[in-house]
Amino acid sequence: MSAKSEVRSNALVSSKEADIATRTSPLTRERPTPTWFQYPDSRFWRTVRAVGMLALFFTAWGLAVRISHSDLFPTPFDVFLGIIELFQKGLLLKYIVASLFRVTWGFTLAVLVGVPAGLILGWYSRAFQAFNPIIQILRPISPIAWIPVAILWFGVSDAAPIFLIFLASVFPITVSAIAAVQNMQPVYLRAAQNFGLSRSELFRRVIFRASLPQIITGIRIALGVAWLVVVAAEMIAVDSGLGYLIIDARNAGKRYDLVVAGMVMIGFIGLGLDLLVRQLEKFDEVSWGYAKR
Amino acid sequence: MKKANAQLSTLNSQGSTEPAVSVRNVSMNFPGKRIGEEIDVLTNVSAEVAHGEFVCIVGPSGCGKSTLLNIVAGFLYATSGEVLVEDQPVRGPDPRRIFVFQENGVFPWLNVRENVGFGVRGCHQAERDRIMGHYIDMVGLRGFENAYPRELSGGMRQRVEIARALAANPDIIYMDEPFGALDFLTRLKMRNDLVRIWQSEKKTILFVTHDIEEAIQLADRVLVMSDRPATIQEIVDVDLTRPRDLDSHGYLEKRDRIFRVMGMSLRVGEAIVNQNNRKNLG
Repeated sequence: MSAKSEVRSNALVSSKEADIATRTSPLTRERPTPTWFQYPDSRFWRTVRAVGMLALFFTAWGLAVRISHSDLFPTPFDVFLGIIELFQKGLLLKYIVASLFRVTWGFTLAVLVGVPAGLILGWYSRAFQAFNPIIQILRPISPIAWIPVAILWFGVSDAAPIFLIFLASVFPITVSAIAAVQNMQPVYLRAAQNFGLSRSELFRRVIFRASLPQIITGIRIALGVAWLVVVAAEMIAVDSGLGYLIIDARNAGKRYDLVVAGMVMIGFIGLGLDLLVRQLEKFDEVSWGYAKR
Repeated sequence: MKKANAQLSTLNSQGSTEPAVSVRNVSMNFPGKRIGEEIDVLTNVSAEVAHGEFVCIVGPSGCGKSTLLNIVAGFLYATSGEVLVEDQPVRGPDPRRIFVFQENGVFPWLNVRENVGFGVRGCHQAERDRIMGHYIDMVGLRGFENAYPRELSGGMRQRVEIARALAANPDIIYMDEPFGALDFLTRLKMRNDLVRIWQSEKKTILFVTHDIEEAIQLADRVLVMSDRPATIQEIVDVDLTRPRDLDSHGYLEKRDRIFRVMGMSLRVGEAIVNQNNRKNLG
């Protein structure tokens, strides 16, 4: 008891001292407002952490190249110069557009096929029983393994990587749509039945809308995979794009500064794509499906 | 007031005196966990609900009253017996009879307005807007038209569902413990509003609850169900005028009667009085 009150009086004293230190009147109960850098989670400190770690990473990378006396592996600055060089030659934009063009087509096709297919397979259990084995066998085959087949069918053209991107992204989308329909809360379905919806209304107004949050999650995963696959496909099946840039820079004179420049661009664009799809999750029509953060 | 209601309850729009809902010898059993085992949920339940009548079904938890309501609404099929609505056997859910769900069936991807308008069909946009506005006002959600369900409290979500049911202009509303998940004060308020809405809308309401007090506050008649396999043990006419005083002699008398029918002691801590009910109070 006495120890406790001692602690308390100590606390009082120290808070008084703090008041005096920050020159606020001890009569007002208000605490001194901390300035922005006193909040450990202020925007300032978050930025410091992120940028600081990146700077540390680049410094370590540069030092490692220096110490190992590597002739081929570039320093971050070499990579930066490489990006400038590519930009000046007009290749950077051209290749980015080529890669994005293929991803856009393959991915759009995958959404157009995968979402309806997933909704139908999720709803009609007999169709699911028939098609699920095929899907489950095709799904684990890496799209990379399809590259020879794609070249056989489509030759060296845009169609080959588009096909590969389609293959890579259609399965995550379909599977997430199937799961979404199968896990739909029965009460929504019963309410919909009660209002006497026709089959097509049921799909449009209830099943699709109830599944949308999970479908968007599938789409996010699919876009990530699509971006991984376009690079691999372009290394083999075509002569443009960021994947081609990487393999071409290596083969034509071991320009590793350009190789890594291509990698860095892939990383940034992939991040950009993910941020873009994440914006979809913020719409009121779907945000109910995600845990509050 | 009571007289007017009684008259309404015997005269529907077609002027017939047929009951709105007629449950005839309905039995229901579910397959049990072991093969060949069957669990009887309902045995020979018969009841009638008149047009415009407010009927509550009460019974102990898990007695099968929800099952009965689901059969009446067409979501489940009885093992034997039949349910007639407007003299027609029930073959499935029907937009003329809207179900209000215990677990709240409001669509989270639609805002309040869109939810309320979900079942409004066959009219122009202007008329739709009028109907939606009317029922949003009626349940006291003006100002929340553009809110999404996840932004609303449990009570408000349940109001949205009631407005959605009313806006579809059904003849009958089935309610399965719609206020079960709400706190005490919200529940009182919701009951009050429901009676007011029922009086102005002249709908037939069949309302399932495990709350005896709720049943007496709301209903014209209370069907008291027994423990499983459930039958209708007693039908209690609640001939009390509305608004009802919760401490009036008549109210307490009805309440105590149902308590006794259900085998409950009226004093907490006292031994259970009815031998029929072995499992109650858990």
